[in-house]
Amino acid sequence: MDITSLTAVELGKKIRAREISVVDAVTASLDQIERVEKDVHSFVSVDREGALERAARIQEQIDDGRITGPLAGVPVAVKDNMCTKDMTTTCSSRILENFKPTFTAEAVRRLEKAGAVIIGKTNMDEFAMGSTTETSYYGVTRNPWNLRHVPGGSSGGSCAAVAAEECPYALGSDTGGSIRQPSSFCGVVGIKPTYGTVSRYGLIAYGSSLDQIGPIAKDVTDCAAILEAIAAHDPKDSTSIDRRTYVHTTSGKVRSGGKEEVCPAGYDFTGALVDDVAGMRIGIPKDYFGKGLDAEVREKILEAVRTLEERGAVVEEFDLGLVQYAIPAYYVIASAEASSNLSRFDGVKYGYRTEDYEGLHNMYKKTRSEGFGAEVKRRIMLGSFVLSSGYYDAYYLKALRTKALIKQEFDRAFEKYDIIIAPAAPTTAPELGKSLSDPLKMYLGDIYTISVNLAGLPGISIPVGTDSKGLPVGMQIIGDCFEEKKIIRTAYTLEKTRTYERPEMINNMSKKKEPAIGRKGEDDQCMKGGRA
Amino acid sequence: MANKISDETIEYVGILAKLELSGEEKADARADMEKMLDYIDTLNELDTEGIEPMSHVFPVNNVFREDVASCIDGSEDTLANAPLKKENSFKVPKTIG
Repeated sequence: MDITSLTAVELGKKIRAREISVVDAVTASLDQIERVEKDVHSFVSVDREGALERAARIQEQIDDGRITGPLAGVPVAVKDNMCTKDMTTTCSSRILENFKPTFTAEAVRRLEKAGAVIIGKTNMDEFAMGSTTETSYYGVTRNPWNLRHVPGGSSGGSCAAVAAEECPYALGSDTGGSIRQPSSFCGVVGIKPTYGTVSRYGLIAYGSSLDQIGPIAKDVTDCAAILEAIAAHDPKDSTSIDRRTYVHTTSGKVRSGGKEEVCPAGYDFTGALVDDVAGMRIGIPKDYFGKGLDAEVREKILEAVRTLEERGAVVEEFDLGLVQYAIPAYYVIASAEASSNLSRFDGVKYGYRTEDYEGLHNMYKKTRSEGFGAEVKRRIMLGSFVLSSGYYDAYYLKALRTKALIKQEFDRAFEKYDIIIAPAAPTTAPELGKSLSDPLKMYLGDIYTISVNLAGLPGISIPVGTDSKGLPVGMQIIGDCFEEKKIIRTAYTLEKTRTYERPEMINNMSKKKEPAIGRKGEDDQCMKGGRA
Repeated sequence: MANKISDETIEYVGILAKLELSGEEKADARADMEKMLDYIDTLNELDTEGIEPMSHVFPVNNVFREDVASCIDGSEDTLANAPLKKENSFKVPKTIG
């Protein structure tokens, strides 16, 4: 049996039924990593020994009935911006080379409690700033669908690892699209939850008011089960929300129609795995389907929308408004927050320190200048500028006012529609080396995902086919705040009409898998996460 | 309106950002920033008069807990990450002349 082709929930079932041992499940992932990692390079570090030890321990706990959940014994990869106790956590930056956190991020701790086995830390754009995973200090990640193309970013390592079946599922983080866009490029499913749903404790902050952790997997069922495991109120994160008691109207306001929701948002995400969209009101923002959107991407998404319509959904086009202002507002807000958040990297407490320096300030400056890459420095500079006296009102406050207006546009839309459907990105995955030379152009690729972060909304990306180059197209389903269940239900219904498509290299590999373990030695280098 | 960033401004932002940029990096930073600010200036087309700046989407309140003393000594693990340490402390260059 091909263990690595199973979804997380399928694998969990077989582990609980004693058809597959936890050690076998983890070994299957580790072997697949050895096979593909030198091509794909999804990981910054792989903890083979630790994972096998944890696997044996988890097996005991499953055997004596202490762990019973759907993810018990299932291997997982974690984006390298989430702290893992005693496991190197780099944010794909030189400045955190060799950093071993003294505690584990709350979302990861919850997974461990559910019996997940962490096998390694995935590659990303440095400090999650980027859309291609090319700004990592530890080398680029390649798209398993075509190794000449990027996996997207910043959670490119997590999405590539799932697509290449190096792990059944992974955690990513999303500040401006960093789960949804790479999920789209790699043909997997990824959810960015409502802000406040998953604790940010132990997530190394980029733009704190926008960052959310979320699941990345092969299907919607997995994503719902993972989200259920990681979402919880956490007093250690002051922006965490208790969905068991949080009663939402549209963003806390009574709707103009006077209809007020009275049930709490809740955490029952798997309860939304219902194959039915009859009566679901879907809004299609005209601005998202116009100029700048690749024709093949548009066609694939509209085809999926027609499928939902055939299943009883009610589809209508509408004007969302202010679409062109989301990216400039985002870059002011995210850069401002980043410039503040990244001031903690000073060469004193952890990570890299420059070798030669004269005095304290020179040490700070040289450490940071040598430790951060170009894109991170670019955003710290912009952020410091927009927060500086004389410019604060004109840029920072202006951006926060724009954010309020964008939120109002979505509030108005969700008075009429249950969900909004959009592309996840204007194109399929670009080729490696084509994006970084023009940052502004790269930023424009985030047009469909960024406003969702500004408004705190949940969004999911699911695959809806491939383009003529054979690269996956992702469709984004956006819900109102706390309406994860509606997007999960819609995505699940659509998924039921399709079959999961694997990258050709993975398909070919699994055909000749059994006798194919003859290249072990040459893979050792990339197992250490060596700089490519 | 095309933004022009002066040498002094780049110098000043470098101080705020605690970054030491080479001559070439400074020129790049200035060009990047001018281009981004031109783009960001499109926000000025929007009338935001009377709109409250929204820092958080949901109301964020202070979170209080009981002030209970606990005894956890993580200093050894914490210091293990320090680039330089001395006895039980982080070691930094002299800070007071």
